[in-house]
Amino acid sequence: MPAAALLEAVTKRFKGQDRAAVDNLSAVLEPGRITGLVGPDGAGKTTTLRLLAALLPPASGRVIVAGEDAWAEPERVHAMIGYMPQRFGLYEDLSVIGNLKLYARLRGLTGEERKATFERLLRFTDLARFTDRLAGKLSGGMKQKLGLACALIRKPRLLLLDEPSVGVDPISRRELWRMVRELLDEGIAVVWATAYLDEAERCDEVLLLNEGRLLFAGPPREMTARVEGRTFLVHGVRDRRRQALATALERPEIADGVIQGRAIRLVARPQATLQAAGIIPDGARIEPATPRFEDAFIDALGGGPGGRSALAERMPHIAGDHDVVIETDRLTKRFGSFTAAGDISLRIRRGEIFCLLGPNGAGKSTTFKMLCGLLPPTSGSARVAGHDLRIASSQARGRIGYMAQKFSLYGLLSVQQNLEFFSGVYGLSGRRQKAAVEQMVDSFGLGPYLKASAEDLPLGFKQRLALSCAVMHEPEVLFLDEPTSGVDPITRREFWNHINGLVEKGVTIMVTTHFMDEAEYCDRLSLVYRGRTIATGSPDELKEGVGSAELPNPTLEDAFIALVERSDAERAA
Amino acid sequence: MIVSPRRLGGLFLKESLQMMRDPSSILMAFVLPLILLVLFGFGVSLDIDRLRVGLVVEDASADAASLASSFRFSRYFEVTEAGDRRAFDGALVAGRQQGLVVIPQDFATRLAADGTAPVQVLTDGTQPNTGAFIRNYTEGTVQSWLRLRAEEQALELPAGVTLAPRFWFNPDVESRHFLIPGSIAIVMTIIGTLLTSLVIAREWERGTMEALLATPVGRFEILAGKLFPYFLLGMTAMGLCVAAAVLVFDVPLRGSLAAVALTGAVFLLPALGQGLFISAVAKNQFVAAQGALLSGFLPAFLLSGFVFEIDSMPWILRLITRIIPARYMVANLQTQFLAGDVWSLLLPNLGAMLAIGTVLLTLALIKTKKRLD
Repeated sequence: MPAAALLEAVTKRFKGQDRAAVDNLSAVLEPGRITGLVGPDGAGKTTTLRLLAALLPPASGRVIVAGEDAWAEPERVHAMIGYMPQRFGLYEDLSVIGNLKLYARLRGLTGEERKATFERLLRFTDLARFTDRLAGKLSGGMKQKLGLACALIRKPRLLLLDEPSVGVDPISRRELWRMVRELLDEGIAVVWATAYLDEAERCDEVLLLNEGRLLFAGPPREMTARVEGRTFLVHGVRDRRRQALATALERPEIADGVIQGRAIRLVARPQATLQAAGIIPDGARIEPATPRFEDAFIDALGGGPGGRSALAERMPHIAGDHDVVIETDRLTKRFGSFTAAGDISLRIRRGEIFCLLGPNGAGKSTTFKMLCGLLPPTSGSARVAGHDLRIASSQARGRIGYMAQKFSLYGLLSVQQNLEFFSGVYGLSGRRQKAAVEQMVDSFGLGPYLKASAEDLPLGFKQRLALSCAVMHEPEVLFLDEPTSGVDPITRREFWNHINGLVEKGVTIMVTTHFMDEAEYCDRLSLVYRGRTIATGSPDELKEGVGSAELPNPTLEDAFIALVERSDAERAA
Repeated sequence: MIVSPRRLGGLFLKESLQMMRDPSSILMAFVLPLILLVLFGFGVSLDIDRLRVGLVVEDASADAASLASSFRFSRYFEVTEAGDRRAFDGALVAGRQQGLVVIPQDFATRLAADGTAPVQVLTDGTQPNTGAFIRNYTEGTVQSWLRLRAEEQALELPAGVTLAPRFWFNPDVESRHFLIPGSIAIVMTIIGTLLTSLVIAREWERGTMEALLATPVGRFEILAGKLFPYFLLGMTAMGLCVAAAVLVFDVPLRGSLAAVALTGAVFLLPALGQGLFISAVAKNQFVAAQGALLSGFLPAFLLSGFVFEIDSMPWILRLITRIIPARYMVANLQTQFLAGDVWSLLLPNLGAMLAIGTVLLTLALIKTKKRLD
């Protein structure tokens, strides 16, 4: 079968950027297959999709879609492709059927053919019951399905999906995979851009991009096979397993490592042996583990950033006088008749990393804002570091650090000015302030950027600056709201090194995420779904809780789906 | 460039549905015009009447009392009377009175002696406009009192020139008669430029433009699909404004309705062109709104001759007004409402709007690209 699309040494540069967004990329997209376009933010995924959609001209090289040069014949290419941009490209103030009708008219679909297509698509997406609902009132999963239906109005030769599963709950994500798989039988070539490495594993073929360059092309199994026999789980590290991980990561034999539930996951360098003294703590047991795509990804990038945290090393030990640092009792927030967060009861001990895991809109951020004293609860109570937030929220706030989901520093101020401002806000002055700023600059390597505006920093440095502004006043509790969304895996590991180091110093950390693998780095987690916590426990406990004969080794995602289904069933009953 | 009626129809339908579902466009197209009309019709008035004046009658004669009652019943004054000017000590300074009119002790004596009627007027020099009004109204009141008195006593009027002013087209010199037609131009600018500048920018912000561009739709169709619904919205709002002007605010409409509609339709071309151009360049609702306010709304308000007469502007501003479409719209509407269909005046203005509209729409088409960088 001829290729659905070809990229021939395509390069794309944008004005004012030194690095090419896509650099000399060649690839073949076969019909009947899902090609994963995989890589961290800024890798060039969206640019590649837009080149394929004939929305951008390449600077050099050629993009061929179904035999046509895309930039020479954009109109003909537009007629042959289905494109679902990020955020699905739906008109939120039109109904489900209104959106379908619009795209049908734009693509010249009429009469009986249109009727049949609508019937088929509505059945396929299970949206028939919601045809009159406004697209803006649909859940994330339903929007995603409608976006897909709009892209499929006329059977395309090439279907381009730009991060279709961002912010969508795991159940809808699985359904989307099932639906896209069905399309393959019709000979459609699918390109699926994603930052989730677990999703990359499910594609037939992946194009792994980093900073615009192609690192790997081929079936994901081949990529994963590169680290075959080099991945291990270390069990039985009694306490201070984060310390043990940090030590191991500093060894030349180790390429990568993360916390995985109660165990430590390590990736060895080729030909390295892990039996050397000092890598594995006494009494621990080492077992081979099934390699994952992410292991191979980090390995392909040349390994992780080591295990040291200069920040944590300089932090004094935090000795608070409470063993339970965060305690909430039936904490509830309602907006009108809508319960954004209901009956949240948590007890988080000193030095714990606690995670709130859930899809967008589940109530994670609302809970967070109540705990930080940014949002008064409707009912219930919360004590953070011994303070009742309702009466002493400003006092309690001095003991906490908060890193917001969006970059919330002053973009027009320089790095130095941001550090000085935030240390001043937290009441540091004179010699203490100067020392605190210097310490952050040294720990995070901000020296070369001191005079640069915060908004011009590379993403990884923005993240470092945001973290340093949140920890300058040596808080007892650190709240991190989706700290690593949009950050590449290497920077994510560096970030977690700091987190792990801070916890060792007695800081209590609460973090939200929608990355399943990141949730496994935590001591305990709560699954948040539709404003309620439906389960709380360690990652291993949650996984074991849903284990069964047909699913002996459930992943955290399996556990999430099982628990959500259980909660839905209880709600229906 | 192939235009498909079906695609165009689809875009047209979509835009109309969105417009009807979006409370802000309804608010801007129907509620805001009415608020503006009420404001300009009742709130803002460039005429001054009911001036607060202190009247000091120092003369006890019958003539003085008769003149005093002339002041009392004048529609221009709200009179507070006293026999002694000391009663108003400080009243002028504190602004309780806008002026003092003094009928002096020897008023009747001098009137009888040589027929002159000396009346003293004291006004606040920091409010020269008000002062001039008080002086003129006082003169008028005394003149008509003298005339009445002469008729009653069958006396000869003292010789002199009598001024009989007559204002053509707006005999009562009611400012709302020219403010309301002018404000229709403002309303149309808001709908044509401000509202349209937001709609394409909104599609960029919400990511729907990207999905639209990846379909076979052409840029001409995208623009036309935006243009028609907002054209209709603008014409509807104009109809509403004209109806309110005539029925509620009693503004005479001396020209024909068809000619008014023609003026509105022609004006919408540059207004929509400007909105679409801003939108295509800005791609961001905040920037688009700022751009539309600064380049559309403010010039239409300040430089169109709607409130401030263009003839009394410095030459450089007069030159700038020539590229502001609202200027031609205001001129045409004032002509049509107050004078009638004077085609020799209307046609050049229509031509100017058509020319500016063609330039702006072409620019918008050039700037609307079917690509993302």
